[in-house]
Amino acid sequence: MKKEKVSAVTEERQSYGYGGKPMTKGRYIRIQMKRTWQGYVMVAPFMLMFIAFTVAPVLISIALSFTSFNMLEWPEWKGLSNYIQLFLADDLFITAFANTMLFAITTGPASFILSFIVAWFINELSPRMRAFVTVIFYAPSIAGTAYLVWGIFFQGDIYGYVNGWLLKMGLINAPIDYFRDVRFIVPLCIAVALWTSLGTSFLSNIAGLQGVDHSLYEAGAIDGIKNRWQEAWYITLPSMRSILLFGAVLSITGAFGFGGIVNALCGNPSTDYVAWTLQHHLTEYMSTRFEYGYASAIAVVLFAIMMTANMLVQKFLSKVGQ
Amino acid sequence: MARKIRVRNHRVVLNRSKGGDAGITIFLILLGIVMFLPMWYLIITALKPLGERNITPPLLYVMKPTWQNFIDLFTNMNSTWVPVSRYLFNTIIISVAATFGCLVLGSLTAYALSKIKFPGRVVIFKLIQYSLMISSTVAGITNFFIFVALKWLNTYWISIVPVWASTLGLYLMKQFIDTNVSDEMIEAARIDGAGELRIYWQIVMPLVKPAWLTLLVTTFQSVWNAGASGYVWSEQLKTFNTAIANISTVSVGASSAGSVVMMSVPIIIFIINQAKIVETMGSSGMKD
Repeated sequence: MKKEKVSAVTEERQSYGYGGKPMTKGRYIRIQMKRTWQGYVMVAPFMLMFIAFTVAPVLISIALSFTSFNMLEWPEWKGLSNYIQLFLADDLFITAFANTMLFAITTGPASFILSFIVAWFINELSPRMRAFVTVIFYAPSIAGTAYLVWGIFFQGDIYGYVNGWLLKMGLINAPIDYFRDVRFIVPLCIAVALWTSLGTSFLSNIAGLQGVDHSLYEAGAIDGIKNRWQEAWYITLPSMRSILLFGAVLSITGAFGFGGIVNALCGNPSTDYVAWTLQHHLTEYMSTRFEYGYASAIAVVLFAIMMTANMLVQKFLSKVGQ
Repeated sequence: MARKIRVRNHRVVLNRSKGGDAGITIFLILLGIVMFLPMWYLIITALKPLGERNITPPLLYVMKPTWQNFIDLFTNMNSTWVPVSRYLFNTIIISVAATFGCLVLGSLTAYALSKIKFPGRVVIFKLIQYSLMISSTVAGITNFFIFVALKWLNTYWISIVPVWASTLGLYLMKQFIDTNVSDEMIEAARIDGAGELRIYWQIVMPLVKPAWLTLLVTTFQSVWNAGASGYVWSEQLKTFNTAIANISTVSVGASSAGSVVMMSVPIIIFIINQAKIVETMGSSGMKD
């Protein structure tokens, strides 16, 4: 596919040349650019925004992470010392790092698998039923502050729903303050994150499942596929690989972008920092301590983890069904 | 042994055991309850009169539903020094402005990236694809510098302009145009003398209605739900989210009513556009 494209371009380039010589690559590109100038004009406004708010910030953060910067004085070059301090002298960073990994490793794959499994299970319902069930499962992810209801559910006093029932059944003697209790904070936050996680990738899975060529299933059945699980592994998953990749990207981004839920439910900082993530650590150094160089180093670490996770998952997904 | 063949939705369904069907149904029902229960709880809390809210353990249904909490939300809370309607107004203004800009920039860019073969478009699209892999936290520090430089701190702009550079809707739209609008058609229009802007507006946009509706809805959802920006401190400029959080310390009933108002807008918009959105997602696949 790719090879063909290159040769087509080369062919065109050759046809422009004269005297049997192909046109030089640079000249060809310049002619192309002139011919398609409208394309540049059309993407320009977006690219300006995109570079200003996404590309440049990432690059600037990488540069700043080697400095000490407080916005009042010019950044001072410090080499790797920010990173050395992060990994060797900052205990809270290690906590944040471990928590972020814990949240990501649990919610990322779980939300990814859940959004595929649910989409797969509802795929054979009638269209109307499927649309209805989709709304039920998708709604929490777009319901804004609705996740705060978990706070009311697990409220720390006897008026909380869970405490009320547990007290009534005599399982506990005193109400438990779930979102302040170190035993419950992490599992509950993970549960709430999963509750809100059937989002865009869930919808794209639903669409992807509808798009799988039905004759493949019939051919598979003749070739000896015995049950729905084999069918999913050998036919459905491989033919949805690109959709799965898209879902994985969104799951990973979501899993690392934790934090908002924790702040709203457990307070900031959470008890004993048990739910302290890299995002909290970054915000702390940025908004409270104004150490932008150090905060940038945290951002770079976060960036590196997300990129690595994406690369690993892409590698892994390319092996599905083989 | 004869192969069991069953028909479901006018299609032959192979390899489906009764036991598996039952298990899946039970799983879906249980999970559905877990998903729906919190929302149900929120809705009934918003409809409960004060007396019913204080029953322990709380009931999962309402005996005497009342609109009082919603009335409280918009009357009592309107007499505070920043009325609730102002927060709601802010959220609406920000959502509409951000979504509109994103729609214009995103669709123009998606069209150009998909159908105008200018050198460099592959690199640009790769960058956009990579940007989906990082959360906005990473860019937060420099964004703050930009806000300071542009004197945007404590204005609406902070919540509006960065959204114009969001990439998810643009990505979906580009993929959709790739799969649903043929190069030949565009080429024919060019030969007939149509300019790029005209092709974009009169040919492509009507053809990819599901895609720009999806861009519209997903952007609107994310802006509508976005938490308060840390760089806006005037109470008059804060969003409905903040109001709900403030009210929750005063009245659980009114804040539940607020949450219901807050969540029903994106959910209703989604229900109306569901078919179109799912259609768009069909081409969301990411080629590596």
